[in-house]
Amino acid sequence: MAEILFYVFAAIAVGGALGVVLQKNPVGSLLFMVVSLGSVAGLFVLFEAHFLAAIQVIVYAGAIMVLFLFVIMLLNLGHDYRADLRLGFWSVLAFATVGGLAGLLARQFRGAEESPIYQHFPGPAALDSLIVEQGVVGVIARPLFTDYVVAFELTGILLLVALVGAIVLAKRRV
Amino acid sequence: MEELSPTAFLISSSIKVFAVFSAAMLIVAYMTLLERRVSAFIQDRLGPNRVGPFGLLQPIADGLKNILKEETLPATANRTFFILGPMLSLIPALVTFAVIPFAAPLPTPWGVVDMIVADIPIGILYVLAFASLGVYGIFLGGWASNNKYAFLGAVRSSSQMVSYEVALGLSLIPVLMLAGNVTLTDIVWQQQLMGFWFVFPLSLAFILFVISAFAETNRLPFDLPEAESELVTGYHTEYSSMKFSMFFIAEYSHILMASALMATLFLGGWSIPFWNGANAYYHDGAWIQGFTAAGEPIPAQLAWWKTLLTLLAFAVKTGFFVLVFVWVRWTLPRFRYDQVMHLGWKVMLPTALGYLMLIAATILVLDQLAVEGFLFGFVLTVVSLLCTLGFVFFLDRDRIISGASVPPHRLTPSPVTRAESETLSPEMAARALGEQ
Repeated sequence: MAEILFYVFAAIAVGGALGVVLQKNPVGSLLFMVVSLGSVAGLFVLFEAHFLAAIQVIVYAGAIMVLFLFVIMLLNLGHDYRADLRLGFWSVLAFATVGGLAGLLARQFRGAEESPIYQHFPGPAALDSLIVEQGVVGVIARPLFTDYVVAFELTGILLLVALVGAIVLAKRRV
Repeated sequence: MEELSPTAFLISSSIKVFAVFSAAMLIVAYMTLLERRVSAFIQDRLGPNRVGPFGLLQPIADGLKNILKEETLPATANRTFFILGPMLSLIPALVTFAVIPFAAPLPTPWGVVDMIVADIPIGILYVLAFASLGVYGIFLGGWASNNKYAFLGAVRSSSQMVSYEVALGLSLIPVLMLAGNVTLTDIVWQQQLMGFWFVFPLSLAFILFVISAFAETNRLPFDLPEAESELVTGYHTEYSSMKFSMFFIAEYSHILMASALMATLFLGGWSIPFWNGANAYYHDGAWIQGFTAAGEPIPAQLAWWKTLLTLLAFAVKTGFFVLVFVWVRWTLPRFRYDQVMHLGWKVMLPTALGYLMLIAATILVLDQLAVEGFLFGFVLTVVSLLCTLGFVFFLDRDRIISGASVPPHRLTPSPVTRAESETLSPEMAARALGEQ
């Protein structure tokens, strides 16, 4: 059952991603992106990463894509979009880049089980008992606020700096 | 008390899905009647009372009328997105009901059936995730109509929902800190265990949550997306018949969902006040009612009548909030758009953040002092009450938000009246009167 669902979600995710680049209307592309992100959330659920699935939908599908929607609407890209399309050489280049990247990733992840970082992974049985003990949020939150707290806080500061920078840049034009 | 077999699980789940969905749709239909009758009561009218006894068949007549009306499709509208809009608005509104625990578990000959459609481990986050997807329906509907009023309504709606989602999420965190988990079953259980509804120890979080919920559901005083006096009806201006109806059903489902959430998060969900007999929680493979002083679990006494009673308790609590939604709509006028944004970003967000820090610090101190049980709840109640009083005090009296009218302190009469002024010298009298 889980295996069938995996292939269904994977197919929808890839199909949605293709829809993003093949759609001519930017709003259509955006909706395909939401579909793709949603099915990736479904994949996370299949991997027992419930918290990641919820955050994926809340942050990406519910917040960032809505922001994209705003940009598309406010720049009025939604209606007269045909003039903006650049086909030909550029699209071929884009597909070639993505293909090359996918190949590199596949090469990297082949035989990943032997790589040192996976030796620390406790395995599905240990993860299940951890989830029962600490809850789905606790499993993520504890390492984040103990072992990786410096990286976590630094990421937060980075985002804050980006936010302040964006406001400063936007203010200058007024 | 045994586990359900896979078949029994499948059958019971199907029944629960069907029952919850039908109940939600039925309640939503009758909420429209409730709204019309209560608004009529508030405005000293009768309201719809002709279709059936007390107008009880009015929602059915409305539904039939909406199905029979002509479907319009504006010539300049984007056809695909125009049809997709109402669907994307309705579906997220309905699926969130799956995670609400609505009664005590029901013992059946095939095992104990818990009264929640899906007790998923992410609980409240699932609700937030689908609530955040509700924006797409409204935005697409408004944009695809290719009408400036609809578009303005859609822009307002999404900016409002995005803004208040932040305050909503932050007001939830104190609840999750007290409950220790994100599933709604755990939140109800912790309230039963503490003997405190979270509305008391977390009163300010409750107030912030209610305000944000009003904004998220686009209800008055936050109904700028459909502000009739400026935007015709906002994002669903171009919609007719069932498509219009779907937006409406979505709005009322959101209200029902928000009411159910408030009841679950802050009023103890399905638990009955001052009575522990119906409490039940699945702990270490058995249903328990609570813990003895020594920490030994007490087995729960499940019965069908307890399930019914708790269902009634949940319905009363949810119904109360539905009534509050209607009541507020016919009491408060609409905000101006800049006031909505001001309240969201400059009042709600800092308050929620500060309150969160304060509650976290209080819980930390109480944990360090090993305070438990009633005293724990009482200390938090006092701290929250002080915060709430401060919040209400500063929010009121034109300190932060000033209305469009003359502020009340300018309306108070000057200490010098005309009669007194005649006893003063002419210059002083003129000055005193001029100030008035």
